[in-house]
Parts: sequence; C-alpha cells; structure tokens
Amino acid sequence: MNILLFFVIIPILMIFFLWISKNRNQIRGIMVAGSSLLLILAGILTYLYLTQRAAGDTAEMLFRSDYSWYSSLNIKLSLGVDGISVAMLILSSIIVFTGTFASWQLENQTKEFFLWFCLLSLGVFGFFITIDLFTMFMFYEIALIPMYLLIGVWGSGKKEYAAMKLTLMLMGASAILIAGILGIYFASGATSMNILEIAKAGNIPHDAQLIFFPMTFLGFGVLGALFPFHTWSPDGHASAPTAVSMLHAGVLMKLGGYGCFRVAMYLMPQAANELGWIFLILTSISVIYGAFSAIVQTDLKYINAYSSVSHCGLVLFAILMMNQTAATGAVLQMLSHGLMTALFFALIGMIYGRTHTRDIRELSGLMKIMPFLSVCYVIAGLANLGLPGFSGFVAEMTIFVGSFQHTDIFHRVITIIATTSIVITAVYILRLIGRSFYGEVKNPEHLKLTDATWDERLSAIVLIIAIVALGVAPLWMNNMIGDSVLPIVKALVIK
Amino acid sequence: MEYTILILLLPAIMFIFLGLAGHKLKPKIAGIFGTISLGIVTLLSLITAWEYFTSPRVNGVFEKIIPFNIEWLRLGEFLHIDIGILLDPISVMMLVVISLVSFMVHLYSMGYMHGEKGFQRYYAFLSLFTFSMLGLVVATNIFQTYIFWELVGVSSYLLIGFYYTKPSAIAASKKAFIVTRFADLGFLIGILVLSFYGQTFGFIDLMGGNSDLALQGAAQKSFLGIGVLSWALGLMFIGAAGKSAMFPLHIWLPDAMEGPTPVSALIHAATMVVAGVYLVARMFPLYIVYAPGVLEIIACVGAFTALFAAIIACVQTDIKRVLAFSTISQIGFMMVALGVSTSMDAHGGLGYMASMFHLFTHAMFKALLFLGAGSIIHAVHSNEMKDMGGLRKHMPITHITFLIACLAIAGIPPFSGFFSKDEILAAAFKFSPMMGWVMTVIAGITAFYMFRLYYNIFWAKEAKHEHKPHESGFSMTIPLMVLALITCVAGFIPFGHFITANGLVYDIHLETSVALLSVGVAIISILIATIFYRKETQPIPEMLASKFRFIHKSAYKRFYIDEVYQFITHKVIFACISTPIAWFDRHIVDGFMNLMATATQKLSYLIRNFQSGRVQQYAYVFLLGIVVIVGLILLIL
Repeated sequence: MNILLFFVIIPILMIFFLWISKNRNQIRGIMVAGSSLLLILAGILTYLYLTQRAAGDTAEMLFRSDYSWYSSLNIKLSLGVDGISVAMLILSSIIVFTGTFASWQLENQTKEFFLWFCLLSLGVFGFFITIDLFTMFMFYEIALIPMYLLIGVWGSGKKEYAAMKLTLMLMGASAILIAGILGIYFASGATSMNILEIAKAGNIPHDAQLIFFPMTFLGFGVLGALFPFHTWSPDGHASAPTAVSMLHAGVLMKLGGYGCFRVAMYLMPQAANELGWIFLILTSISVIYGAFSAIVQTDLKYINAYSSVSHCGLVLFAILMMNQTAATGAVLQMLSHGLMTALFFALIGMIYGRTHTRDIRELSGLMKIMPFLSVCYVIAGLANLGLPGFSGFVAEMTIFVGSFQHTDIFHRVITIIATTSIVITAVYILRLIGRSFYGEVKNPEHLKLTDATWDERLSAIVLIIAIVALGVAPLWMNNMIGDSVLPIVKALVIK
Repeated sequence: MEYTILILLLPAIMFIFLGLAGHKLKPKIAGIFGTISLGIVTLLSLITAWEYFTSPRVNGVFEKIIPFNIEWLRLGEFLHIDIGILLDPISVMMLVVISLVSFMVHLYSMGYMHGEKGFQRYYAFLSLFTFSMLGLVVATNIFQTYIFWELVGVSSYLLIGFYYTKPSAIAASKKAFIVTRFADLGFLIGILVLSFYGQTFGFIDLMGGNSDLALQGAAQKSFLGIGVLSWALGLMFIGAAGKSAMFPLHIWLPDAMEGPTPVSALIHAATMVVAGVYLVARMFPLYIVYAPGVLEIIACVGAFTALFAAIIACVQTDIKRVLAFSTISQIGFMMVALGVSTSMDAHGGLGYMASMFHLFTHAMFKALLFLGAGSIIHAVHSNEMKDMGGLRKHMPITHITFLIACLAIAGIPPFSGFFSKDEILAAAFKFSPMMGWVMTVIAGITAFYMFRLYYNIFWAKEAKHEHKPHESGFSMTIPLMVLALITCVAGFIPFGHFITANGLVYDIHLETSVALLSVGVAIISILIATIFYRKETQPIPEMLASKFRFIHKSAYKRFYIDEVYQFITHKVIFACISTPIAWFDRHIVDGFMNLMATATQKLSYLIRNFQSGRVQQYAYVFLLGIVVIVGLILLIL
C-alpha cells in the first residue's frame, strides 16, 4: 500500500472515532494520537523521500500509484510527491498538530469542531498527495466547505458575514478554476487528468492557453490572496477561531501558490510567459499594498492578515520569475509563512482568550503580565520581518536573489520595488510590539491574567523550533525543493 | 588556526544557554558565566592575532586564511551563501577590538547593572551581540556580512529597549531598528546588483578572483547614466551610512543612548557603529577600481557629518548625548579617511590605513569615555551636566582615566588619538588643502567640546547631591584602567606594519607640519574651553548662547532633523499613504465585492416573484403565453 494513502486514511479514521467518541477526554486523545501520527508520518515520508533521492531515483514524482475511480472521464486517484509536496505535507502536519493544542481549551461543541477540523485537514492532505487535476480539485473543495461552518459557528465578531464572504469568494474562484481545469483537460486532448502526462504531452494549443491560464491562475490566486481578490482574508481570519486561522492562513492559502505553480504555469508555459507580467504587477501590488495597509490596522488579526497578503504576494511574485532559485524561494516562503502565520494566530488566540480584545490600543505592557506569550510574539515578529536565523530570512533572500538574476530589466526593477517591503514590515511589526507588549500595563484588569498553560506552550514551542530549524539550517530543504522545481522551471523555458 | 571557530561558537552557545536557562540561574552566576566565556574569547582573539601577525608573509603581504567555511544556502548555479571565517589583517584587528571591548563591558556590567531586573537577559543579549559582531567581521562573503549585519541590528534593538517599560527606550529602539533597516535595504539592493554582475558573493572572488573579468565587463554598463557598479557600491554605502550614523541617517544614534550605558560603550561607540566603516574598508579594492566617484561622495558625507555632529556636541547638556555626537563626528573622520584614498599604494592608500588605525584607537578611548560616563551616572544618578561638577575630588580614578580619554580624542601626544588623527589629517591634506583645513577645524571643535564636557563634570560648580558621590567598585574601575592604559600606549603600535591598503609594510612617519598644526589647534581649543568652563560661574558661554540664541537653539535641537523625519513618517507615510490605502482596501476593493454581493441579492429578490408558488398567477401567465403564441401563429399565417 502506498504510504501516501495514510495521509487521507488517518484523518478519515480520526473523523470516524470522533463520531463515536463520548467525552472530551476521548476527543482530546483521538486528536493528539491522530495529529501526532500525521506528524510522524510526515517525518517518515521525508526520510524515505530523501533516501530514495539519494539512491539516485530521479523520477519527477516518487511514491507513484494510480487508482482509477471514474474511467470514462479518465479521473484517477493518482498519488505522487516531489520535494514541493513533501515540504507542504511537513508544513500541514505541523500545523494540524499545533492547531490541536492551540484549541485544547475549546469548550463549545468540541466534538463537532474537531470533526470539521479533521475534514478540513483531510482536504488539505489530499490536495498535496494527488497529481490528478480533478481529484486535486475535489480535495480543494473538501477543504473549503468546513471553513464556512467553522467560522460561522465557532468564530468571533462578525462571523456570519465573514464566513459568507470567505466562502462565496473562494467558491467563485473555484468556479473559474473548474472551468480552467476542464479547459486544460479538453484542450490537451481529453486523454488524461494526470498533471505529469499533460505536461509531458505539452499539446495545449496556444490560444487555449491564453484563455485557460488566466482562469486557472486566478482561480488559485484568489486563495493565495492575489490583489484585488484578497479581501476575504482579513475578515475571514479575524473572525475564524484560532486553529482554523492557523490552518487556513498556514496551509490553505498555500494551496493557491502551489496550484498556480504546479497547474497553471507548469501546464501552460507559453501563456505563463506571455501573460505573466500582468500577474507580476498584481502580485507586486499585493506585496507593497498589504504591507502599507498593515501599518494602520489596530486589530492584531487584521495586522497579521494584511501581512499575510504581503507575504503570500511574494510567493506568487517569485513563481512568476520562472527561475529555479526564485521558485525554490517561493516554496520556502510558503513553508516559512505557513509556520510564522500559524504561530501568530495561535498567540493572538491565546492573548485574546485572556484579554478579550485584539485592539492594540487597549493592550499594553503584556510583557510584564504574560512573559512567555510575549517573548514568543516578539520572536514571531522578528521572524516575520525577516531576521536571519529564522525561516523568513532564508525564504525572502532566496526570492530576492533569485528574482534579481532575471535577465530582463523590468523584472529586476520590480524586484527592487518588492524588496522595500522588508522595511515596511519592520515598521508595522515594531509598532505593534512597542505598543502592546512593551511599556507599562495601562489596564489594571489585565494584571490578574496568567501566562501560557502547558498546551499553549507546546503549540508555540513546536512552531518556533520549526521556524528556527529552517532558518538556521536551510540547506537540505533548499536542495530538496530546488531539485523538484527544476522540471517545472525547465518546462517554462520556451524553446 | 581551526580554533578560531570557538571565537564565534562560545558567545553563541552562551546566548542560547543564558536565553533559555538564564532566568533559573542567580543573576551573579549568569554574569560570571558570560564574562568568563568572553574572557576566553578575548584570549583566543589575542592568540589568533599573535599567530596571524607573526606568520611569514608571502610576497610581502599577510596571506588571507579561511580556517572554516560551510555552504549554508545555495542560490543558483554560482551563487551560494557560505558561513565561514576569513582571517586577514583587518578582520583580525577587529576581532581583537571587539572581544577586548566586549570583555571590558561584560566585566564592567557586573558592577553597573548590579541589582537590575533582567540581569540574565542583559548578559544573554550581550552574548548575542558579541557573536553577531564577531561573525560580521570574519565574514567570508558579502551575504554573510549582511546576515550578521542584521543580527547586530537586532541585538542593538533589544539592548536599547532593555528597559522595556520606559516609553523613551521603546521609541528609541524602534527608531534605531527602522532607520538602520531602511539603510540596510540599500545594502541589500547593492548586494543584489553586485552579485548579479559578479556572480559571486565571496570577498576573495570579488577582489581579484574569477569574477574580476565579469566585473570589468559590468563596469562598462550603466543604468540611468551611472555605472552599474557605482550604483551597487553607492547603495552599499547607504547601508554603511545607516549603521555608522552618517548624515542624514544619524538620527537613531543619539536616541540609542536610552540603553544601559555599558551597551552604549560597546555597541554605539566602539564596535557596531564602526561596522559601516569596516564594510567600506572591506570593499575598498572595489571602490578604488570601479567607483572612485562614490569614494569622493563618502569623503564629503563624512566631512559634513563630522562637522555637523561636532557643532551639535558643543551645546548638548546630557553627557551621553555629547559623547554620542562625538562618536558620529569621529566616525565621520574615519569615513573621510577612506574617502580621500586615491589608490592602493602606500601614499594614495594612506587614508585607508589611517581610518583603520583611528577605528582601533577610537574604539578604545570612546569605550573608556562611555564607561567613565557610566561610572559618573552611577554616582550622581543623572545624565545632565548640571547635576555634576567638582567630581574630581570624589572619583579620582574615573577622573584620571576620563582625562586621558579626553586628551586622546583631542589629539594631544603621546595619547593614541593623536597618532591616528594625525594620519587622517595628513591624508586629507594630500587629497586637497580644503579638506585638510576643514578636518583640522573639526579636530579643534572636538577638543573644545570634549573639554567643555570634562570641566563641567569634574570642575565647575559642584551640584548638591543627596548622597555624597563616591568612586565605583573594582569591577567598574578595572576596565577603566585597562582601557586607559591601552589609550596611552596604542599610538606607538607600528600600525603600518600590519594594516595597509595593499598589505605591504609602510612606516608611519609623522608629518611635522600637520602634527604641529593639529596639536596647536587642539591646545588653543582646550585653552578656550578652560577659560569658558573651568570656573564655577560661566559668564562667557551664557553670553554667547544668548547672543546667538537662534543658532544655539537650533544646534541644541539638533537642527530639527528629527522633526523632519517625524513629519515624513507620520504626516506622509502614515497619513498620506497607509491610511488612504487601508481606506481604499476597505471601501473600494472590498466595497466592490460587497456591491456585487448586494446586487446579486437584490436581483434575486427581484426575480423571486416569478416563482411565487401561486397557481392563479401561473395560470394567468400560462394563458398569456398561449394568447401570444396563438397570436404569433395567426400573424404568420
């Protein structure tokens, strides 16, 4: 049996056991067991992947197997992973694991919450292990639906509005996306839904590419918070419960960049070369615009959501540079942003759970009251502004150096524009840290608050370890991703 | 010389250890741990220096040694970021300077920070800073420099904001980080441009290695009328100017004095702020060959900054601010020295040697001044000059050592500052008489404001104290005495034997005319300061201040540069860019989405009536339909 199948079997088993679980302890036990298994599984997969590669297996995808489930449309459950998907699977399993602990204290309808949460992770894992267009899309949709309920029921603030908005915008995007996918399928001769086979055939006519590339890129791009279709992100994240924000910003938004790269650009290289500049401009707007918007926000979650717009913009920006280094940087940035933003949302959730406000004007001197959480927040902030030693620096520098190697002067100039984001990021991060975490405690009510509990500490520490590990020793990850982006980048070079 | 890796590792380990487990230790134990590890690092640095400078020369120059190098990140076919150690004359000199001053500061802080909350955290940050600064100077490639450049920036941020409940400290740390970050953007873009054309980050490759040909080709290319390499090196200088507080990016340094005084001594006087000078010196061969125009700009910026800061230093009343502006001014001297160099040989490259020499001597006497100031602040619990006065009787050791440092910075022989400053002036006169005279005048102003400070602290009118001030303890006075001793003898080091632009031995010889001139100017300035400030009443300065009130006030307000920045950040960036963008996002972009949603909703309300479920209505529509169809058939027939 293919090891990859376990990534969907475990969540299904978790859902089943949750269904029949009786009390809170059982639920917690199932979640801890399941998410730890997933984490271990991701570790084993990474090890196996690296040993197979080291043994000289140069196939584009490893662990391949196909299970046909709708043969008249050539729809198969085609499994297979390369370095990019392995990296994403590691990310997803870390976030599911830490998300479980971040929602340890949840009291309201715990069972249902975790049920939907598992379904969401099922969709995410399924998306990354398949290379069949239709199955990918199906898993993508599976991940999307629980979102509505999770935000609508367990959210805070304007939750109904936010849930509706997020779902409608993403659904709208997936409507365009499915049209794009079907377009790819039929234009390539309607013989296979498998990405590798379509790419190998490379027979999508130029005119069809010009129509379906923008559709697919846009369809995935909305999920990756592409300007001007990013507005679901601030509202959605602000209203979502902690673990859902973590999973959504940490992993689900990465589906966007991943899909743009693996589907839109890989399969339609000509259109990507011709139309790439339009999206390049949009993404550079995302990068700068998101950062500037973050400066004046007053809600911790909005600051982080706009910061995500800026950082995810950089992912799409980098893949459009179409060279190996920049593309590697893009994947690293997905990984790094996923971990950082999950840490942020986890910490914000913990702080909100105590102070019941996320307004930075009402928070002050938190360092004195909850030193552990505050130190973690400062670390997350420093990682976010791209300090060496954290993953953000590695990812951003790979992107900037890679993008600047582009031979075209337009691309180099636009890279310089994108680099200015590192200064703006510093402004909003330091502003919020200075205002909310340093200084004297202004609200005497806050003096009674306590610092993190063990489950919260575990969640934060795991994420910080991952961020630091990637930031201090990035070479193996960089090599693993770099080898895997190569086929896609090569396909993008037009002969 | 593999043991040099320990020089980097020890502080790093100490940072992790104190950062994670520090709060479980007793403060004193944490301090002792930090200090001992730094003691070992200092010892290792001295051994390295000894071994390096006694090793045989090859073709008359010291070899560049890379005892340790690993690939850290691969960025394409040719580009890769390495982390390694490069030993050459300037990096070895910097190792000694940094570890020595850092050791003194560690020792001194045992007394100065005694009883402070967060003592362990303080030592953890000091270790982090020392690690980053050492990593910066031994970098084998420009990207490693950038990595550690950012790390020293964040250590500086953390240490300035050490008293994190104090609003002024928070603001100062934020300002320091953001201003230098802005400058670092220039540095980063410079690296991008240089690596694009040179296809390497390595210093050895960039200078005379394989990429020399690539760079020669790039020297022909230009962007917006300026050569691409001038762009790259000019942008890098912006990074250097930010870190080294050159005008107009100097505004963070005076505010950085909010940090604990030993931190000011270490980071904001002796080591980190000279990183910019070090960077230019590191890239010096490229500047000389590919961007002589940028060197001239560096000279001008340096000279202007030196003058500007010296004028401001004359009227400040907070002793740490006076010292901060004096630091800015002295770094200006070093930049000028680099800028006036015209070639790599002994004569054209005199400025290079002078700049490194001054960096070395300045680190020692400026650290001494700051630590002395810390000792004084510790005694009188104030930074303001008016709360001091007459302290020479109460604090003899601080007094003598402070006086030595003042004489050194004023350029009085035989103290170290005289020798290094004399070389700078000689180089400036060689470049152009104008530059030489300007720098001589600034040297005079330096002597004046330093002795203004000295007299106001140790002579003048004694302020009323609640407790009688007394001399500080041994952990604080020993570093003072050690640094004072170095200041006395460092001038006699035959510096030209170790560090010159081309690496060949060069015998420093004093130029009599320049030396006489500079000493004369210094003595006259000191005399003026003596007349003005030694007495208990100071009628002349008060008279001058009221007569030139406008100039005095603007200098006191630091020529309103901070206000200009305040205006740009708050009124332009916050109010005119960020707020409108955020509004645009919420109301136009998002408004459009909401509009679509609302329109859909309205439309569905509208067409909902077609499916009312009332049979009567359906029957009417049905009937109408039949009538229309029958009518149409009839018409056609």
